[in-house]
Amino acid sequence: MLSRTADNLYWLARYMERADFLARAIQASRRLAALPKAYGGDETEWESVLLSSGAALAFETSGRPVDEGNVVGFLTFAPENPGSIRNCLEQARANARAVRTALTIEMWESINDAYLEMRALESRGGVPCAQELARFLELIKQTSLTYDGGAYRTMLRNDAYWFSRVGLFIERADNTARLLDVKYHVLLPEKEIVGGSLDYFQWSAILRAVSAHTAYHWVYRTSMKPWLVADLLILRPEMPRSLISCYESIVRNLDNLARAHGRQGASQRHARGVYGRLEKLSMESVFQGGLHEFVQSFIAENNRLGALISEQYLF
Amino acid sequence: MDSLLTQFDELAGADGRTRAPYRKLSQWLAATPPELLASRREQAELLFRRIGITFAVYGAQEATERLIPFDILPRILSRGEWTTLEKGLIQRVAALNAFLADIYGGGEILRAGIVPADLVYRNPAYCPDMAGRRVPYDIFVHIAGVDIVRTDDQGFFVLEDNARTPSGVSYMLENREVMMRLFPELFAMHRVAPIENYPDELLATLRSVAPPRANGDPTIVLMTPGQYNSAFYEHSFLADKLGVELVEGRDLFVRDDIVYMRTTEGPRRVDVIYRRIDDDFLDPLCFRPDSALGVAGLMGAYQAGNVTLANAVGAGAADDKAMYTYMPEIIQFYLGEKPLLQNVPTFRCREAEALAYVLDRLDELVVKEVNGSGGYGMLVGPHATRAQIEEFRAKLTAHPQNFIAQPTLALSTCPIALASGVAPRHVDLRPFVLQGANGARVVPGGLTRVAMTEKSLVVNSSQGGGTKDTWVIDDAWVDEKAMGQA
Repeated sequence: MLSRTADNLYWLARYMERADFLARAIQASRRLAALPKAYGGDETEWESVLLSSGAALAFETSGRPVDEGNVVGFLTFAPENPGSIRNCLEQARANARAVRTALTIEMWESINDAYLEMRALESRGGVPCAQELARFLELIKQTSLTYDGGAYRTMLRNDAYWFSRVGLFIERADNTARLLDVKYHVLLPEKEIVGGSLDYFQWSAILRAVSAHTAYHWVYRTSMKPWLVADLLILRPEMPRSLISCYESIVRNLDNLARAHGRQGASQRHARGVYGRLEKLSMESVFQGGLHEFVQSFIAENNRLGALISEQYLF
Repeated sequence: MDSLLTQFDELAGADGRTRAPYRKLSQWLAATPPELLASRREQAELLFRRIGITFAVYGAQEATERLIPFDILPRILSRGEWTTLEKGLIQRVAALNAFLADIYGGGEILRAGIVPADLVYRNPAYCPDMAGRRVPYDIFVHIAGVDIVRTDDQGFFVLEDNARTPSGVSYMLENREVMMRLFPELFAMHRVAPIENYPDELLATLRSVAPPRANGDPTIVLMTPGQYNSAFYEHSFLADKLGVELVEGRDLFVRDDIVYMRTTEGPRRVDVIYRRIDDDFLDPLCFRPDSALGVAGLMGAYQAGNVTLANAVGAGAADDKAMYTYMPEIIQFYLGEKPLLQNVPTFRCREAEALAYVLDRLDELVVKEVNGSGGYGMLVGPHATRAQIEEFRAKLTAHPQNFIAQPTLALSTCPIALASGVAPRHVDLRPFVLQGANGARVVPGGLTRVAMTEKSLVVNSSQGGGTKDTWVIDDAWVDEKAMGQA
């Protein structure tokens, strides 16, 4: 397939996944920020959303004070924020339009419908009211589901599919890792001893942001413990947004690509390396080496994989 | 005298008695409540928007993507009318190809004094780099869009030949798909000739002109200027239907006069390029050095015979409005046949006598710039203001050779469905003619363009024109006629 097509598919998947993550993160944070201060509800929550979405710097240059209205506006509809949901969706659609031939009609329609709805909302002008915003976030989640479902159910299993899956899982791993990085201080094991339940709602917000709130209970069958939250998001293969699960998928899809192209390359080797290290890892050693340090080095490794894929396939 | 009022309606005919091809549609319309039409119109709009069938308008800020208005009532031609048209189209494209092969070859028609040499050699679309070169099977125009109008039920006129990169065929195909979803009952009542084989015919045409080394299994690509081009939707649509890669200039490169595309598996050799990009932008080494759309070295590979371009470089030399006026002679010269399709009577303003006549009657005539397209650079005398007429008078006097003039034709009308009911609007027709090494092909029908504004004669989509599905129906209606009117 054309390298440019592969590139477009890869980024299309990343933008869709990013938009979905942002929508979930905003919903979780609104829920948390609405709580009384004693339960963790705080304006600092909005700073952490900015950090985990990678928009902190851009927001700072906008010079606006950090509060719910400003941050949510910036992350959803702000055209000046390159990572806002509206820009993700617009980028996704631009990529999709450029590779219409590589997408099935279902995938295109789900993106195009969401885009048209977004444009309709924007053309009404003014700041969207709370209800419109909530509907928009739901729309983004729905779109990500129909898009992803469309891809899974209708795409040929060839390089177009594998490139877009690789993009999705690299983005998802990046999002999970950033979320962990911003919240690592509430996930340290000491916390329980220092204690109380002050952070309880923080943990549950993290889980909600990756739609794992219910999953946690099914996996651990115990009350919320911060290190288990970290364990779920890093090492549990059955959790679809855990780092290890993302890498299991990345390795599989890259292998499919390698088989189709008759050649294993640097990206396959790197991905297998990351996956292998995650498999051997225990949470004890993560905490020993420092959760923050672990997550930082993971984000760097994940970025490195993106660069290797470009080198190997996208010219 | 007021030709606009005595126009010919394709449904009502000249005498107001429903013409035979429209008889069933007319009965159906009479029996159909307006609410039903309204709901189908809404449905159609929804379908088009969802599929993303849009086009971009240059200079329009807000709507960089706009829907072409679609009218839900079909335009109907009888099989008999179509057969005449088809023969004429094939004849015309054969003549266009013979003419191009000649002006880039021996130039016999120039030496015979039939077409003035300066008109050919000073035509901006004439490509000096192609002089003395032969193209595979001497075919320059593989895909032609010939714009057809009619003024009565006798015959058809050619309004314009499009021999470069004619567009609109995706609308022809999508209009049919949408119509089949909207009006299954109408299709059940008529026997409509299918057009869905167009992509297969196009593919066969492109395969037939591949360089010999491709050994019957050529790699074909469709080349687009990119997603900001007004016809990008069509490019992606066609690439998809053809099952070929949709490439931009940056996806291709040339090494040792061979064209490759960059794929995830490394370079892959390309044999045929169906290019939807103008000559000027093909190769920055050869044409516009500032073009970022093309491929450096493409002309070299083309001239070496390692890749076929469809349409050929320089094909535009045959389709400008000045050359148009010579088409009847061109057909006669190469084919030794009478033209089956008439030209609209045209004044060549480069000729002093014609110019004087035209300047006298600017308020009656349509004046067109020889190299203009898309309805731009055009004066429609009867609808123009005093100031517009004077502006054109100045232009004409200064550069008469840049203009032609035609009488304002009473273009035929067809019914369209509006919110306020059914009303007639002016239409034209663009059938698509394919010319391969193994023959000419035309799918029955074409793209009907319709001026959505009352009395307007401008059907171009860039200026608010719309489209309709075009049906060629079997002559079964003849039997019905024999049985007497229903």
